Amino acid sequence: MSVFGDRVVRVEDPKLLTEGGTYVADLRIPELDGAVHVTYVRSTMAHARISAIEADDARQAPGVVGVFTAADVDLADLPAGSPMFNAAMTRPFLAGDTVRFVGEPIAVILSERPDQGADAAELAWADYEPLTAVVAPTDALTDEVVVHAAAGTNIVVDLAFGRTDDLFDGCEVVVTQDVINQRLAAVPLESRAAAAAWIDGRLVQWASTQHAHGARDVLARVYGLTPAQVRVITPDVGGGFGAKIGAYPEELLLGWLARQVGRPVRWQETRSENMVGLGHGRGQQQTIEIGGQRDGTVLAYRLTVLQDGGAYAEVGSILPYLTRMMAQGTYDIPKVEFNSRSVITNTTPTVAYRGAGRPEATAAIERAMDLFATEVGLDATELRRRNLIGKGAFPFTSATGTTYDVGDYERSLDLALEAAGYEALRTEQRRRREAGDVVQMGIGVAMYVEVTAGPTAGKEFAKVEVEADGSATIYTGSSSHGQGHHTAFASLASEELGIPMDKIRVVHGDTDLVASGEGTMGSRSLQLGGSAVHEASVGIVDKAKQIAAHSLEANPDDVILDKVAGRFHIAGSPTIGRTWAELAQAGAASADPLTVITDFQASQPTFPFGTHVSVVDVDTETGQVTLVRHIAVDDAGRILNPLLADGQRHGGIAQGAAQALLEEVRYDDDGNPITSNLADYAAISAAELPSFELVAMETPTPVNPLGAKGIGESGTIGSTPAVQSAVVDAVSHLGVKHIDMPCTAERVWNAIQAAHLTKKGVA
Amino acid sequence: MDISISITVNGAVHQDDVEPRTLLVHHLRDGVGLTGTNVGCDTSSCGACTVLLDGESVKSCTVLAVQADGGAVTTIEGLADGDTMHPVQAAFQEHHGLQCGYCTPGMVLAAVSLLREQPNPSEVDVREGLEGNLCRCTGYHNIVKAVLAVAGGAS
Amino acid sequence: MIPSAFDYVRADSVDAAIAALVEHGDDAKLLAGGHSLLPLMRLRLATPAVLVDIGRLAELSYVRDAGDHVAIGGLTRHHDLETNGLLGAEAPLLRHAAGQVGDPQVRHRGTIGGSLAHGDPASDLPAVLLALRATLVVTGPAGVREVPVDDFFQGFLETALEPTELLTEIRIPKAAGAGWSFQKFNRRAQDWAIVGVALVRNGTTGVGLVNMGSVPLRAGGVEAALAAGASDADAAALAAEGTEPSADLNASAEFRRHLARVLVGRALTQAAG
Repeated sequence: MSVFGDRVVRVEDPKLLTEGGTYVADLRIPELDGAVHVTYVRSTMAHARISAIEADDARQAPGVVGVFTAADVDLADLPAGSPMFNAAMTRPFLAGDTVRFVGEPIAVILSERPDQGADAAELAWADYEPLTAVVAPTDALTDEVVVHAAAGTNIVVDLAFGRTDDLFDGCEVVVTQDVINQRLAAVPLESRAAAAAWIDGRLVQWASTQHAHGARDVLARVYGLTPAQVRVITPDVGGGFGAKIGAYPEELLLGWLARQVGRPVRWQETRSENMVGLGHGRGQQQTIEIGGQRDGTVLAYRLTVLQDGGAYAEVGSILPYLTRMMAQGTYDIPKVEFNSRSVITNTTPTVAYRGAGRPEATAAIERAMDLFATEVGLDATELRRRNLIGKGAFPFTSATGTTYDVGDYERSLDLALEAAGYEALRTEQRRRREAGDVVQMGIGVAMYVEVTAGPTAGKEFAKVEVEADGSATIYTGSSSHGQGHHTAFASLASEELGIPMDKIRVVHGDTDLVASGEGTMGSRSLQLGGSAVHEASVGIVDKAKQIAAHSLEANPDDVILDKVAGRFHIAGSPTIGRTWAELAQAGAASADPLTVITDFQASQPTFPFGTHVSVVDVDTETGQVTLVRHIAVDDAGRILNPLLADGQRHGGIAQGAAQALLEEVRYDDDGNPITSNLADYAAISAAELPSFELVAMETPTPVNPLGAKGIGESGTIGSTPAVQSAVVDAVSHLGVKHIDMPCTAERVWNAIQAAHLTKKGVA
Repeated sequence: MDISISITVNGAVHQDDVEPRTLLVHHLRDGVGLTGTNVGCDTSSCGACTVLLDGESVKSCTVLAVQADGGAVTTIEGLADGDTMHPVQAAFQEHHGLQCGYCTPGMVLAAVSLLREQPNPSEVDVREGLEGNLCRCTGYHNIVKAVLAVAGGAS
Repeated sequence: MIPSAFDYVRADSVDAAIAALVEHGDDAKLLAGGHSLLPLMRLRLATPAVLVDIGRLAELSYVRDAGDHVAIGGLTRHHDLETNGLLGAEAPLLRHAAGQVGDPQVRHRGTIGGSLAHGDPASDLPAVLLALRATLVVTGPAGVREVPVDDFFQGFLETALEPTELLTEIRIPKAAGAGWSFQKFNRRAQDWAIVGVALVRNGTTGVGLVNMGSVPLRAGGVEAALAAGASDADAAALAAEGTEPSADLNASAEFRRHLARVLVGRALTQAAG
């Protein structure tokens, strides 16, 4: 297809740039006229019994229309997030007799204006009887304090895949290391927001979500409605990164609140609420064990994970399953063991966040390879090269049962090292070491393979319709929240239909207009949503040919589409034809609209891969790290629009580097969050980053007609371990072997001091 | 007690009575009715609310509407000249300097102000000049490219 | 996000501002650029009943040559300091440091007077004024008085300002040709300093420390050692003497002390070069 590789600027941009997007808080529509504003009152304790909630003063406050607590809410319990979860670990809409994390909603205020809600919220408070807060996952594991009494344990999921004591028998070298993959906040620039109204007996909800149909189905269940009695509409969404996949209790309760007051309701949280209320990402404590021979052959790898699930069982608790899937990364390691346990703690529940389980896998195996390389005295890239899964080995089934589709890992390594000028970097590093420079250089190389449109084979819906004026409308089950789907899908359709892009509309995120949809997550949208659009487009051309043939009294095989003119005619007789508009009008007249619906089903997930090289300066007197260069090779199969693909890579690299260097959600020992605003949480800015050096590489996948894999999370997965590796590498000559993320100045400085003392024989 | 204010927004005079505690960003969004300017945080950290006040970038969440009385505000809606995008807007599209768009109005206006004060910035100048504007989607790479492209093309 | 309600008074002169402060007493806070006060009010950590807006007093925004010193009006914005030629010639340390405060949007609103009156030990400018041995001019109902900078910062967020006084002028002794250095160590560019050092070498050496205690501090040990003829290295080793750095999210007290020593050493070298 010629459209692949075309750099096309986005059709979404003119409005976003000249008016701004229309996000939930921007909606000024008749359906929300007279809406009351919703303000949640949140727990200030991590773990406590509530003996009473004092809300009378709040009820009397100016502009307050109603105040409700759990005692008032007569909805059935929310369904558990997974059949693997103990139902007792499910979140309530509002905390009842026990609060389990700081920020958990305990009451809700409805007011005429938002400022009145903020004022009234100060007048509502709870009588707390403090309970011991369980904050550290290792403490949670002891079950000394059980957060959900009815569950009897803090363990949510125990993924026990077996542990053999002889795993490392025959290994000349075994290296072990404890590693932290720290808790992060997604920080979409738009905090959570939603609005709800009952219209003609139906529940209509506007949501800042990644998955409208998922929200619709949960709402239907909560309110005892059929899905057809619920409509979810997705306006523009200001970022999601996985944390806006599932619907939160604050949103799910809105329909009930609207019913209580007989008016529409709207809710917009503040950033401080978002930092404790939006699900957090990552949160794994890992033990890596890697064994092999002195010649660099890796024979066995064991990864043991303790996953912090937060206060209630959400998707974060089962992400270790994906960590296991990708545990061995790009390496042909014959024996791999993985075990994990997810535990409840008195903290914000964990959910998916860009990479969702796979960055954790990659960071672990890459740390393991670096440590093994150091132990056997091999260059880190040479060690990797010796253990890579070969180009001819695909489809390759890993030791944990994951079948990778296609890859050329060594080539990605070669391209990255060449683009980085690896040898010259090592020369400069040697020079600085010999000179004893204060500012040392570190070079980190990380390789990754990850699973997209998974973990099991995925599907997506598309409907393409040609209108009476010859324009086309695409209805997609994908749900863009910044990725540029409208541009991508319009270009795919335009390629097949010969209808120009500016005459193609794309509709997403409205469950009344789009029959079904899986939403946007897991880097699935181009390969599944795009494949569906492509198939529907091919299908509608076929259908149009049939109609044209009938109309022209010809054999459909003799009808061709002149894509330049947007017109069907009999081969060899171009003067007699039918335009798209004419065919659409004919279809409308005969009550058979020119429409094709496709449910595209992939046979399996796909596995993008790549190599990242990171170059850092480390000031050895202060520990300060500066990211100087970052080179990335990300192979996601055939690239449709390099502008969009590169943008995804940039954004992913920035978030990944931020994990390595700056960001961490922290709690004190009592479970109080201490990074719960953007001044304290170090969300990365332009000043901390360089421009990135992206290298193109495309190994098409046979899995779908586009040959495309996902790219949305690759940047994050590949960059974090490269940056961390570079920081350790910068001071490895001083004896430092490991620094946990984020590699803050103090952490780096402490590592240097500790290594110095070890050398002196003191520690 | 409400205070009477008069603010010129995108060239049009708006007279309103506001509570003193009304933040300029809320006044612009709800009082004046221009929802392009977004609220991204509550600690003056993210810059999504950036507008021009008398030609200079300010965080409209950290300015009271009463402080802007008598002033001239430019929001994202007032930057283009009719159907012609401002060079910074055009460059953001050309170089894919936006994805979800939520930080974009503030980022564009911060860039406009930066270029007025530094017509010929280096890459470091641009990155430091945008230190008060957070973006989660783009990784800043294309934003910086767009701003440098405008600077490079300035006559 | 939304501050508590308050009454608003706009002062059209210094006298009017003082009168309003006298009238409302402890209920009132001055509003200049608002970039120290409004963030606190938005989180409801500050809930003044009355704001007296002095932001329009253009007569308090100036940078003037006053003979042996540079006189700066209290309402001069950081942005105006950062771009001021006179300051660049006579007190480049202050001009440079003003350009490091917050981010460009903050600098378009925040004022030197507002920053000093707030008295945050983590702010950049108080340490700069300590290094420059500035004098602060305070105006109140009883008239005008001068306060040496060493007497100005009295406790955590407490200054020598009475509730009815304004900081109307800052006087910086001229220091053309003096060596200077500003070392701001932070996590991200927009963040407060984890530790900062403001240093001027002009015969004697003035060293102010950012975020090394509950008040802006002078590195007295360093200054005394240099005055007694110590080497730069030996003097820098005393950077943490007399300081009480806190342990917080961003650093331990021990790391702050270490940073102070390193940064003072670097500042001395840069100022000598």
